[in-house]
Amino acid sequence: MSKLKSGAEAIVDVIAQQGVEYIFGLPGGAAIPIFDALVDSPVKLILTRHEQGATHMADGYARATGKPAVVLVTSGPGATNTITGILTAQMDSIPMVVITGQQTTWNLGLDAFQEADVSGISYPVVKHSYLIKNPHDIPRIVREAFYICQTGRPGPVLIDVPKDISSAMIEPNYDEEFHLPGYSIPHEIDKDDLMAAATLIEKAKQPVLLVGHGAVISGAEKAVTYLAEKMHIPVSNTLLGKGCFPESHPLSLGMLGMHGTAYANKAVDAADLVVSIGSRWDDRIVGNIEKFCVNAKKIHIDIDPSEFNKTVTMDVTVLGDAKAVVEALTAVMQPGNTKDWLRQVERWKKAFPLKYKKTGRLVAQHVLDEFRRQVQDEGIFTTDVGQHQMWAAQYCLTEKRFHWITSGGAGTMGFGFPAAIGAQLAHPDKPVIAVVGDGGFQMTLCELSTAVISRLPIKILIINNNFLGMVRQWQSLFYGNRLSGVDLEGNPDFVKLAEAYGAKGLRIRRAADVKRVVSAALAYNDGPIVIDAMVSKEDNVFPMIPAGASMGEMILEPPKVAMEKPVGST
Amino acid sequence: MNQNPGTSLTGIQNFRSPKSFSRKQVVIERKHRKHTLSLYVANKPGVLIRIALVFARRGYNIDSLVVSEGKDPDFSTMNIVASGDEKVLDQILNQLNKLVDVVTAHDRTEDDIIQHELAMFKIRCSGDNRMQVLQLAHALNCEITDITETTVIFQASGTSEKLDSLESVLDPYNIIELVRTGKVLMAKGEELTSF
Repeated sequence: MSKLKSGAEAIVDVIAQQGVEYIFGLPGGAAIPIFDALVDSPVKLILTRHEQGATHMADGYARATGKPAVVLVTSGPGATNTITGILTAQMDSIPMVVITGQQTTWNLGLDAFQEADVSGISYPVVKHSYLIKNPHDIPRIVREAFYICQTGRPGPVLIDVPKDISSAMIEPNYDEEFHLPGYSIPHEIDKDDLMAAATLIEKAKQPVLLVGHGAVISGAEKAVTYLAEKMHIPVSNTLLGKGCFPESHPLSLGMLGMHGTAYANKAVDAADLVVSIGSRWDDRIVGNIEKFCVNAKKIHIDIDPSEFNKTVTMDVTVLGDAKAVVEALTAVMQPGNTKDWLRQVERWKKAFPLKYKKTGRLVAQHVLDEFRRQVQDEGIFTTDVGQHQMWAAQYCLTEKRFHWITSGGAGTMGFGFPAAIGAQLAHPDKPVIAVVGDGGFQMTLCELSTAVISRLPIKILIINNNFLGMVRQWQSLFYGNRLSGVDLEGNPDFVKLAEAYGAKGLRIRRAADVKRVVSAALAYNDGPIVIDAMVSKEDNVFPMIPAGASMGEMILEPPKVAMEKPVGST
Repeated sequence: MNQNPGTSLTGIQNFRSPKSFSRKQVVIERKHRKHTLSLYVANKPGVLIRIALVFARRGYNIDSLVVSEGKDPDFSTMNIVASGDEKVLDQILNQLNKLVDVVTAHDRTEDDIIQHELAMFKIRCSGDNRMQVLQLAHALNCEITDITETTVIFQASGTSEKLDSLESVLDPYNIIELVRTGKVLMAKGEELTSF
């Protein structure tokens, strides 16, 4: 018979048994028993300044390690503050367990203080959620949550724990078997589907591999590289697919889609076969569904069957783990002849390179390029959302898994900096660069305290154009430059702000200073450092395919004439 | 209850109002193709909301819903009739199957299985047409479950299509209230409905 423990101690025990190193969170009344249990636990608490920050830190940790991360907050507003972070994790398939304190079971539904129907609020944005009503269920439910969040297509799982449940005394059984009859993970790869895919790939004259986050999650780097090299197929990656296939590889086309490279988009548009490996053909890539890759056969490899034919209709779908499917596929195929195609792709690469000017006004690309050059392959880049994110995606080439962390599906501003805290905790010896905009940074900058206390040497690179730049770009291109709600007049002095938090601050004003300031920033490892890069105010991100448009409508440089409003939403 | 529901409404062919029926048929063919789904789900709080959210998010209306505890009380059987864009049904099924609390979700629309529903109609009838209404009820094999000086309640059971037809036939007779249980399903023979 095991020793009596509180429900809270049982929760913390399971978390420790799962090998979790850090819990990210912020306490409140309903969560006090669980925070109390943490005092005697080997799991370290990272106290955040806002619950949203906690979720993004956990998310960053999970993306930098592939392991599930844990968030612990209180009931009511503490819990609702995590919803943005949970959505972010759900959209990008991130393994995360979010534990929320809750009012006592007898107060549920009575509008008691700090009571909210948190499991109910969570339904549309979680992989699964629990409200624990019986303390004896605690060990099983917490173990189920860890199992569900990291198997199959990963995602966040929320556990709502009423205070009387976490305070109750139980005899925890940590080995109880659990049964989830409604939860299955595909194991067997369908042979017919596999052979159908293999036949299409072997026959293709102009194939492209489209590598997404699913490939990164499954650890398919070697498998994908071997497939591409054996079959001589160029590889394009999505925003979240960065890190599966080295972007410096001769077969790499870099990122495709709305702000992808011109050559990636031209190649996909002209391809006779596109093979998605764990990419869900989302609207950033597809644009106009009617005109997307009309001449190409399409194959989709995914572990989640609900992604098949969701947007674009497929010729062949293969259900399974990306790595396992790609390995099985490569084993049964003989290389075809793609020589002419690779020559054509090379011509596009030469004709339409990404480019910017290193002289004159300071531009974001220059700073990003310099950071990437100095940290080499070892730097972990996290980003916020907006123009800087797209420039970072274009210029900070990613060679390895876990070195690119960005909010893709949800597009959550305020993500980049807290995510960098999680990534730096996971990799204390690697340079971690949080690329943020002046807008997004201000949404979660209170976490500077968190970074300072833990003396995390994060380089916070603010691409500061005093605008909500991506919206301004749309307003200038498609809305007759009628600027509305985008001027960030009243921005603080970010260098002084950093100093107020006990961090260091540097500023870059001129292109000539980039190299010197970047190397000074990278040399400073005594805590976080803010680099305020005051870039050209009205630069736009190119190439650009307007939302809902086709590849043929790609803009490579600022248009001379007024443009129509795009049909796509954002 | 009618002893032989499968054939209880055969008489209505003669009473069908052709106009209203054909209109309904056109609508069904064009867009509101109704789908009959069978689900086997965990029997616990919140499951119904999770399922309803999947339909709502893709613009599907739930026309009827029957939930009952299964033979194993840890699980429930759900029969859902829903209508919406044909193209997204497969995805809805996939998304339902993805829910941890849903064991299985199947489209049973095209399958040859037993489908049954019960309906009650409250009709205001006093004086002149009272006899006519009662005769009609008799002819249609409806059970009369309540009768007052001003109202009659009919009860009928059968396939949903038959109840639709009955509804059209009774439409001219001042129906003041109508309630239907929603469709229940069961596969024939050894086959299990939810698997």
